[in-house]
Amino acid sequence: MINLKRALLVLAVVVLSASPICLLANEEVRAEKPNDKSKEIGEYINHHLQDDHFFSLYKAGEETVGFPLPVILVDNGLKVFSSSKLQHGKAVVEMDGQFYKYYHGKIYKTDAAGIINYDDKHHPTNTKPLDFSITKNVFGLFLAAFLMFVGFLSLAKTYKKGSSNLPKGFGRVLEPLVLYVRDEMAIPNIGHRYKEFMPYLLSVFFLIFTLNILGLTPIGFNVTGNISITVCLALFTFIVTTIKANKDYWKHIFWMPGVPVPFKIILAPIEVLGMFTKPFSLMLRLFANITAGHSVIMGLIAIVYLFQTQLTVGGSIGISMLLTLVLFFLELLVAFLQAFIFTMLSSLFIGMAVEEHAHH
Amino acid sequence: MYNLIGAGLIVIGAGLGLGKIGGSAMEAIARQPEATNKIQTAMIIIGALLEGLAFGALILGK
Repeated sequence: MINLKRALLVLAVVVLSASPICLLANEEVRAEKPNDKSKEIGEYINHHLQDDHFFSLYKAGEETVGFPLPVILVDNGLKVFSSSKLQHGKAVVEMDGQFYKYYHGKIYKTDAAGIINYDDKHHPTNTKPLDFSITKNVFGLFLAAFLMFVGFLSLAKTYKKGSSNLPKGFGRVLEPLVLYVRDEMAIPNIGHRYKEFMPYLLSVFFLIFTLNILGLTPIGFNVTGNISITVCLALFTFIVTTIKANKDYWKHIFWMPGVPVPFKIILAPIEVLGMFTKPFSLMLRLFANITAGHSVIMGLIAIVYLFQTQLTVGGSIGISMLLTLVLFFLELLVAFLQAFIFTMLSSLFIGMAVEEHAHH
Repeated sequence: MYNLIGAGLIVIGAGLGLGKIGGSAMEAIARQPEATNKIQTAMIIIGALLEGLAFGALILGK
């Protein structure tokens, strides 16, 4: 029997154990200089925010425990091997006569000794093969797609039996969100042609929402906090608005009607720039919000280690968990809000592109 | 050091902007309580746009 008290208890247990480093919290207090610890924590946080070929779950001593993901390189032919062979940058992998080495997140072509040449700014100058590996982010995208399929296929099945059927189970959570996207974002902004764009708006909304929530779990995903992913999402919105725009839209950009000719010429480059800054701001907003949220939460959890001498182990754990809990709820709100804003602005831009003006 | 001064300026800008929006939203809701939902939605949209600017400036300036 699920009643409110039980549900709240389960929720409290899940939320309080949802921290990326909670598996490490049983370590003893290491008597180290505070400098080393904060640098080590900084490196750990940076490593979590970036993509990786090896899915590391936690570190036990000097070993990283996790599971390796396949590395797929295209370099005169397809080369597939498990990323455990790379051994976190210590080994040189030999495959069909080519040697590869892993350095700071990227795979480089080297010779048999694994030498990487650096230029003045200590950046490697070796060539890189085309890297199509299944990294953590790709795996996260597959997982989000799978979760969305599972949720929505069951919802679609209930609608097939009759369009006013009530959905059962998890569909009951999804249906109000779908209707919200249709009634508050698509129809007011796009008008009577909203049905063409509903698939895109729904996909973007639920993808960003699912990926944001996945990033908050203790498994350690950070998909939407990666600028490549948000660039692609903003690019999709840009492509949809550019392809589906009608003549009025292009006229308003290049030859704004209703103003004198000198102003038309001045306004044209500004409007063209505006055409590009709108998706750019979409990309930057999502990336910055999610990355900042992850950094802050991981930093607050790191307080457990940094203040162990001042506050004693119990006190530091208590304060850190309390602050992290508060910020975790804020991050839940941000996860939904960013998906909502992205979809709302996308529908606004699409609406501006397909609007049919009553001519002046 | 200048990084911190810049970050402080960004936060002042964002705080002022959001405060102004919040203030006018509160006044509008006080005048017309039945339009609360629409005003809330508009306020959240503009809030997110401002936050986007603030975060963008923070990230671009490191």
